[in-house]
Amino acid sequence: MENGQIRIQVKSLNLWYGEKQALENISLDILTNQVTALIGPSGCGKSTFLRALNRMNDLIENVRTEGEVLFEGINIYDKSVDAVELRKKVGMIFQKSNPFPKSIYENVAYGPKIYGIRDKKSLDEIVEKSLRQAALWDEVKDDLSKSGLSISGGQQQRLCIARALAVDPEVILMDEPASALDPIATSKIEELIFELKKQYTIVIVTHNMQQAARVSDYTAFFYMGELVEYDITRKIFTTPSIKHTEEYVTGRFG
Amino acid sequence: MIKKRNIIGALVVGITGMASFAVVASIVVIMVNIIAGGMDTFSISFLTESPKEGMTEGGIYPAIIGTFLRVIIMTLVGVPIGAVTAVYLSEYASSKSKFAQMIRFAVNTLAGVPAIVFGLFGLGFFVQFVGQGMDYALEGGSGLRWAQPNLLWASLTMALLTLPVVIVSVEEAIRAVPRELREASLALGGTKWQTIRKVVIPNSFTGVLTGGILAISRGAGEVAPILFTGAAYFLPHLPASLSDQFMELGYHIYIMATQSADVEATSGIQYATTMVLLFCTFSLNFIAVVLRYKMRKKMH
Repeated sequence: MENGQIRIQVKSLNLWYGEKQALENISLDILTNQVTALIGPSGCGKSTFLRALNRMNDLIENVRTEGEVLFEGINIYDKSVDAVELRKKVGMIFQKSNPFPKSIYENVAYGPKIYGIRDKKSLDEIVEKSLRQAALWDEVKDDLSKSGLSISGGQQQRLCIARALAVDPEVILMDEPASALDPIATSKIEELIFELKKQYTIVIVTHNMQQAARVSDYTAFFYMGELVEYDITRKIFTTPSIKHTEEYVTGRFG
Repeated sequence: MIKKRNIIGALVVGITGMASFAVVASIVVIMVNIIAGGMDTFSISFLTESPKEGMTEGGIYPAIIGTFLRVIIMTLVGVPIGAVTAVYLSEYASSKSKFAQMIRFAVNTLAGVPAIVFGLFGLGFFVQFVGQGMDYALEGGSGLRWAQPNLLWASLTMALLTLPVVIVSVEEAIRAVPRELREASLALGGTKWQTIRKVVIPNSFTGVLTGGILAISRGAGEVAPILFTGAAYFLPHLPASLSDQFMELGYHIYIMATQSADVEATSGIQYATTMVLLFCTFSLNFIAVVLRYKMRKKMH
């Protein structure tokens, strides 16, 4: 593994849904300004793991988490950590684009507004900057008052990315962000990920092997709640050290 | 074999069709009957005049006003309490919480209690217990002001009766807000309360409104709860304060049909009053249906 600055360090993470264990003893370092892809068959725990990184699993009843997730040197599962504060820094993009039924402008301004930014000029600036970063500004700049639901699926997903960027996170978690999009919209998202990693650390769950190979620097292969292999993406896809990984990435099962 | 299946198919279509027809037909028959009986008596002045000649002539103006006031107070009390309870049940209470289960059980039980029992409860609790307590506290027990049936007690009893309707429909509306929208807000670092206030409530607002309207139309048609808690046979004046009694449409129909000096002579008034009452509840239900339709459309 190449050396890089660690942004999130996961140490022996275990997670249960009720009696059923969904994650078993996962340890993994997520590096700053790199794209880390999480791959594996359905139900392998990759989405659960992703949601463990910003404590979105807290919202589900009966979830129990053990182990440590260190972000900025602090275990985010420590009693003293406020999940709300954490989520400001670790943003999330969901599988199904989920703009609010509000205008494009209000969607992007939602985060800044709940943090108490009221000044119209600052909000305008944040909205423009975020939409530019999400490569959506040129397409919507004349229709900022249009409903966020009125634009295409690909645009909606980029709107959600702009909305997440507006709160100035450090890490962006993406849960199969392009799985519901057509190939053109998908490639736009992928280009965007490439741009965004210059400023942000990105963790992306994907079902699409080619996508993982194209966009990520590191790849983690999950199977049945365990981390099977984690390495540089190039290595995972060409010379994985574990046979199971090779079988999965070459499409022999999964 | 094929023939037998065809016969069963035809039978099912026939029976279900007949049943549906019976429902529609009975509404039509009731409506036609009421309109036919009340049309001759109904006029604008029927809506704007007080009863005259020992209630055998004149209009129903005080009853309309009484119903209106009662419904307003009932709504102002019942809808906020019901809506807040619904928010608690759907957003804050864990599904395993004993307290939440108790509230749900209470709500379901409340929904099944006959209206007349609410009336008796209102008399026993509001009029005789709370009212008497207030009289002691406010006037040293010398006067009789609150310890008798009045507008306030009738409205509160009614609010209690409509509480389950409000809670159930508001909770339904809140649950209809997609999980993705809540998660979007929380993932942006929104607190639970910010998410409820800025995402959940605005997106279930039409549902809350529908719940309110359904509760009003349920309440507006009930008579039993106000029998002992505030409705008056006849009053020369409109209610001027919460501690006054009031005339009411449903109650007016009841007394005209059972206790009028000449039941035959007042049948026109009975029909016309029923017409007015039905028109009000039907329009409220209609508004609720339209709002619900709009809400569904907005969600999908």
